[in-house]
Amino acid sequence: MSLLLVLPVIIPLFTAILALLCWRHINVQRGIAVVGASCLMVAAVTLLLTISDRGIQCVQVSNWQAPFGITLVADLFGAVMVVLAATSLLAVTVYSLGSVGRALEAVGYYPLIHVMVAGICGAFLTGDVFNLYVCFEVTLVSSFVLMAMGGERQQIEGAIKYVTLNLMASAIFLAAIGLLYGVAGTLNMADLATVLANEPRQTLVNSIAMLFMVGFGIKAAVFPLFFWLPASYHTPNVAITTLFAALLTKVGVYALIRFFTLIFVGDTGLTHTVLLVLAGLTMITGVLGAVAQTEFRRLLSFHIISQIGYLLLGLGLLTHFSLAAVVYFMGHVIIAKTALLLLSGVTQRISGTSELKELGGFYKESPLLSVVFLVPALSLAGIPPLSGFWAKFAVVKASLEAEQYVMVVAALAVGLFTLYYMLNVWAEVFWKDRPVDHPVVAKAPLVMWGPMVAMGILTLGISFGVDPLFQLANRAAFQLIDRQEYIRAVLGGAL
Amino acid sequence: MNSLILSTATRLLLPLMLLYSVFLLIRGHNEPGGGFVGGLVAASAIALIKFSSGLERARAALRFDPITLVGTGLLFAFASGLLPLVAGMPFLTALWWDQKIPVLLKAGTPVLFDLGVYVLVVGVVLTMIFALSEE
Repeated sequence: MSLLLVLPVIIPLFTAILALLCWRHINVQRGIAVVGASCLMVAAVTLLLTISDRGIQCVQVSNWQAPFGITLVADLFGAVMVVLAATSLLAVTVYSLGSVGRALEAVGYYPLIHVMVAGICGAFLTGDVFNLYVCFEVTLVSSFVLMAMGGERQQIEGAIKYVTLNLMASAIFLAAIGLLYGVAGTLNMADLATVLANEPRQTLVNSIAMLFMVGFGIKAAVFPLFFWLPASYHTPNVAITTLFAALLTKVGVYALIRFFTLIFVGDTGLTHTVLLVLAGLTMITGVLGAVAQTEFRRLLSFHIISQIGYLLLGLGLLTHFSLAAVVYFMGHVIIAKTALLLLSGVTQRISGTSELKELGGFYKESPLLSVVFLVPALSLAGIPPLSGFWAKFAVVKASLEAEQYVMVVAALAVGLFTLYYMLNVWAEVFWKDRPVDHPVVAKAPLVMWGPMVAMGILTLGISFGVDPLFQLANRAAFQLIDRQEYIRAVLGGAL
Repeated sequence: MNSLILSTATRLLLPLMLLYSVFLLIRGHNEPGGGFVGGLVAASAIALIKFSSGLERARAALRFDPITLVGTGLLFAFASGLLPLVAGMPFLTALWWDQKIPVLLKAGTPVLFDLGVYVLVVGVVLTMIFALSEE
């Protein structure tokens, strides 16, 4: 058991070390990266099955007891996130074999993506606030390098915005940790939950909660702190963008969910109302931004932001059902988004451009590509019976139950706009004839097609498997809202 | 740049600096010091060769590719975390060997971890210095 909990962190780390040792042998690195990602996948699924079977598990790293040592905890939500991270990593690693190219592979692409995922998995599993910070930093530092890799002018510009804003977020996060430690005298999340429940200075706790909200909000690209995302995400290689889009903002959202279900629930009238307002604004600005875009990946970047809004909406409502909706939504958005971004890379490879105007003719040339686009695109727009429909349906139903009618209208309107621009992409990229001055320049290799099609099929899978998956999400949400099981698992008989 | 004074001084300083870096590594056990500073001192010793006799000499003196050192250092540190798992304890638990050793005082997985940090720091710093001097 102790081993299973650390595996999602040490497998990618070990993979990165091995790849580093084979620095000059790129083919060996490729093999190591794929095997490592597959092992992580197996470990993640085993972890999820174990947690689902035996409830929340925890391990005290280096054998110092909580709340003094560092705790790794896996509840269902964390385990689901680890599985999703492993899935994206596997898809992106295989895809990278065809899409990244020697120039990036020779400067440590594979070690970097694995170190980044080690940080991400660490963030999903840690039960300690400071350790969460460390995991964030591990993730960020590797993402900085990945973002600037290749060193093209446009990339450096994007990377500067990305680095500056994310460093600010880290500084705010760190300051908030200091204040929190000053107030509570502990940084173990389960311990914090019990200590803050009896804390009389609620105003002070609220201010700290707001600081955390800003710090995580920048990382999660929440309104009005999202500007770095569309400014930078379209600049690096597609494989890198996909990994970032699938996982990085979600780590921010994960941290928000963990903090605002476990730790800061003393004054939900304030904190969660702010979250609701932010959710609405994030959804709307994201979708309006996307409508105005003419470049495929920029459009998808704005789309990420609007989806973050839905996730926050579920968190802001803070009911059992809304949190279940968030967990399912998370799975849906990571998988469907990965599929679409991988597809944007394939169209870019074939046409040599990612401007919507210069693309075209794919419907005639490749019916398979058209289907692979339509499934995740319609799913993200919320067309039944695809996963996005169930996800949005659940969020809207939760808002109705909580009588947040403004949010219901916003969520539905955003869905409509999403459908509008997805169909716009369909018309531009697939339906319209290929512009004569932009002929086909290359073929996409099979290793790029494989993961893309697989993620498309997975989107269908979570659409038709909605019943068992939503039950799982339900149980995960129950653990989030109940809190006691988490606290007991970590502190046990210690306190 | 060829300075007789610098290259003569380097020949004298080099063993001292390397010895001192090992001293710092071992001292870091219970007192200020440790793998990080030790690694920095060792790396600056190699950097000194670079300044006095050129990049090729420095690379030859190091013998290993700095990137390999980064990987090896990480591997040492990683192994120190894995060993307790073999003994059935949580990841990163410190295991100590009962016997006292003359120089090391006490041997255990934290020493291995520190050694990993030492090698890693040498690798990272020299990767940077070599890359910069190739420009």
